[in-house]
Amino acid sequence: MEQIVIAFLCLAILLYFLLGGADFGAGIIELFTSTKNRSRTRKTMYHAIGPVWEANHMWLIIAIVILFVAFPRIYTTMSVHLHIPLAVMLIGIIARGTAFVFRHYDAVKDDMQWLYNRIFRYSSFLTALFLGIIAGSVLSGKVDPDATNFADAYIFSWFNWFSISVGLFTTALCGFLAAIYLIGECKTEEDQKRFIKKAKYMNFAAVVFGAMVFFSAAMEDVPLMNWVVYNKVGLMAVILASLSLVLLWYLLLKGRTQILRILAGFQVTMILVAISYAHFPNFIRLKGGGVISLYNTIGPEKTVQSLGWALVLGSFLILPFLGYLFYKFQQKEE
Amino acid sequence: MDDFLAARSQMALSLGFHIIYACIGMVMPFFMAVSHYKWLKTNNEVYKHITKAWSKGVAIFFATGAVSGTMLSFELGLLWPKFMEHAGPIFGMPFSLEGTAFFIEAIALGFFLYGWEKLNKWFHWFTGVVVGVSGLASGILVVAANAWMNSPAGFDYVNGEYTNIDPIKAMFNDAWFTQALHMCLAAFTATGFAVAGVHALMLLKKQHNDFHYKSFKIAATFATICALLQPISGDISAKDVAQRQPAKLAAMEALYKTEKPAPLIIGGIVDEKNKTVSNYIELPGALSFLAHGDFNAEVKGLDQIPEDEHPPVAITHYAFQIMVGLGSVMMLISIIYFFILWRKKTILTSKWLLKLFVFAIPLGYIALEAGWVVTEVGRQPWIINGIMRTIDAVTPMPGIAWSFYLFSAIYFSLSLIVIFLLYRQIKMVPVLYKSSNIDQ
Repeated sequence: MEQIVIAFLCLAILLYFLLGGADFGAGIIELFTSTKNRSRTRKTMYHAIGPVWEANHMWLIIAIVILFVAFPRIYTTMSVHLHIPLAVMLIGIIARGTAFVFRHYDAVKDDMQWLYNRIFRYSSFLTALFLGIIAGSVLSGKVDPDATNFADAYIFSWFNWFSISVGLFTTALCGFLAAIYLIGECKTEEDQKRFIKKAKYMNFAAVVFGAMVFFSAAMEDVPLMNWVVYNKVGLMAVILASLSLVLLWYLLLKGRTQILRILAGFQVTMILVAISYAHFPNFIRLKGGGVISLYNTIGPEKTVQSLGWALVLGSFLILPFLGYLFYKFQQKEE
Repeated sequence: MDDFLAARSQMALSLGFHIIYACIGMVMPFFMAVSHYKWLKTNNEVYKHITKAWSKGVAIFFATGAVSGTMLSFELGLLWPKFMEHAGPIFGMPFSLEGTAFFIEAIALGFFLYGWEKLNKWFHWFTGVVVGVSGLASGILVVAANAWMNSPAGFDYVNGEYTNIDPIKAMFNDAWFTQALHMCLAAFTATGFAVAGVHALMLLKKQHNDFHYKSFKIAATFATICALLQPISGDISAKDVAQRQPAKLAAMEALYKTEKPAPLIIGGIVDEKNKTVSNYIELPGALSFLAHGDFNAEVKGLDQIPEDEHPPVAITHYAFQIMVGLGSVMMLISIIYFFILWRKKTILTSKWLLKLFVFAIPLGYIALEAGWVVTEVGRQPWIINGIMRTIDAVTPMPGIAWSFYLFSAIYFSLSLIVIFLLYRQIKMVPVLYKSSNIDQ
């Protein structure tokens, strides 16, 4: 059962990065779209993610519930030492989640749209950034349970070059995922071209920020190189991610949208594998070399067992229904 | 503001808002399913318009409910890490099931909102029903988790250690059923009265009559039936609380001294310093009867409970008075409503009745919030009744007051926008749902 619970945790985190990430990315793309094209972007986007909008964010709930039920020490350590970035991310989630729905369901389309749009765009950016910062901080080794002053305990745990680089890298990846996803939803070739261009920019940004992640890792003594270069699986994942990128750009010219999405998803999955495989089952790296691992913090046996069953049974209900939702609303309307 | 008070205030604020959003998001789908069913059966387009109009409300409230719920699942850790460290594995079961239910609800909502003219019409209707049922299930599960805090079960607490953990027993704790029943009825009553009241207001303004008349009837039927059932559930709850949390019951009734028989007091001003109550109406023996089903039974007062385990008496007492008072008002309105229906007078001709419903718009929600204050404040100083004190659970991070101010501002502005959006939806009804304009 332990393994099943851990597998679901990894799955939920991965799907949240991919699906929730693409949602954030949609807002980020909108942020970097010229004013004259914004309403078209918005329409394509609404069409593409409207029906699956709420469902995409449920993966976060699943992940967080698994954490607090089965791995309470991980949950509470993050809650205490990453309180500030978590709170900022939550503000982002609240703001963008409601603004997206409000702008569609406002019965009168007037100047209020201006406000909803602003909120949606900036908070999408903010949410992705802080999601990345939190992920980076977990790996950074800056979380210090023994800290005695406020700054060490609650600020520098996340306010460091490595975490911020991971945050920016995540933001670029989200934008990239969204752009690739949206290419397949366009109705005109002109729109398609625009999203291809966006995908290129976002890809470029991801490469730049990716390099920044490596630099900052070296600066902040995060053994990133050990995970992705000197570890076989990590290295393999990096190679596969790079290869899929080449293939992706080749196929982009051919306009094979479905395969593009799969490749983009694969690529991000490989990046996550690369940075997490080598130190699995460790979850949080603490200052001074300590770690909080999934295995040594797992909750009591009965809890894990009933959680495992709940997840297995739940997924029998959720996955087919969710799959049908994606399938049903993917067919393009004529 | 000190950090502990700030943390409690922020939690109360978040829950207070979430409860309203979540209740509307949980109850409205049932109203929607009824009118949708009527549309499919009668082909009367008005019902289709009502369904669509309500579904927009549901979408708005679902979104706010979902994000405020996400917020809460983090806030439990952000504000009460020590509590979650121990309680998470014990009372996590309902949360993990709730995650599933909520997920299904979100998927079904996607189908429902975007499925017009795309899905088989009965499958489409069914997805709407799934939204309601899974929403209700989520609500029950979350209340079961809260019930565990009032009635801890499923573990042994020995020398400060939590051992022998059984999450299933924890989920089916003694309080889960009574609390969930009371909450669900409250949600239906409050939302029903609010929705019926809004449509009554539009009827009084002579706007778009048939639309509002039919909407009013669906909402009012749910509201009045639940309002009549609520006192029964309230009575079960009172007996339960009397047995399990005597301190809470004593605070609800501001009963400082153990009495046999104990009177029920209505109203009254509580003086916490001198431990007295003044200016109240007394019903001799009634509290004994309510708490133990016997007019002569002894009811434990606060004098039998160590002073450092007293909940804030005044707040709990006033909140309880408000809840029961407003509940009774809604029950009376329901009786009047059924009496008039029985006499076959049409509602449209009795303006005063419509006005009564307009007056009742906020009552259900005020009662609901008051009820939550009774449950939560009445449990203090405990976060896990009798096991862990709230003050021992609070986060070590200083400066929570800032977080409280920030989130207050967010929740208030969010609520303002929601009210504004609903106002616009209602105002636009005649434009959006003209027969020539059905596919809006």
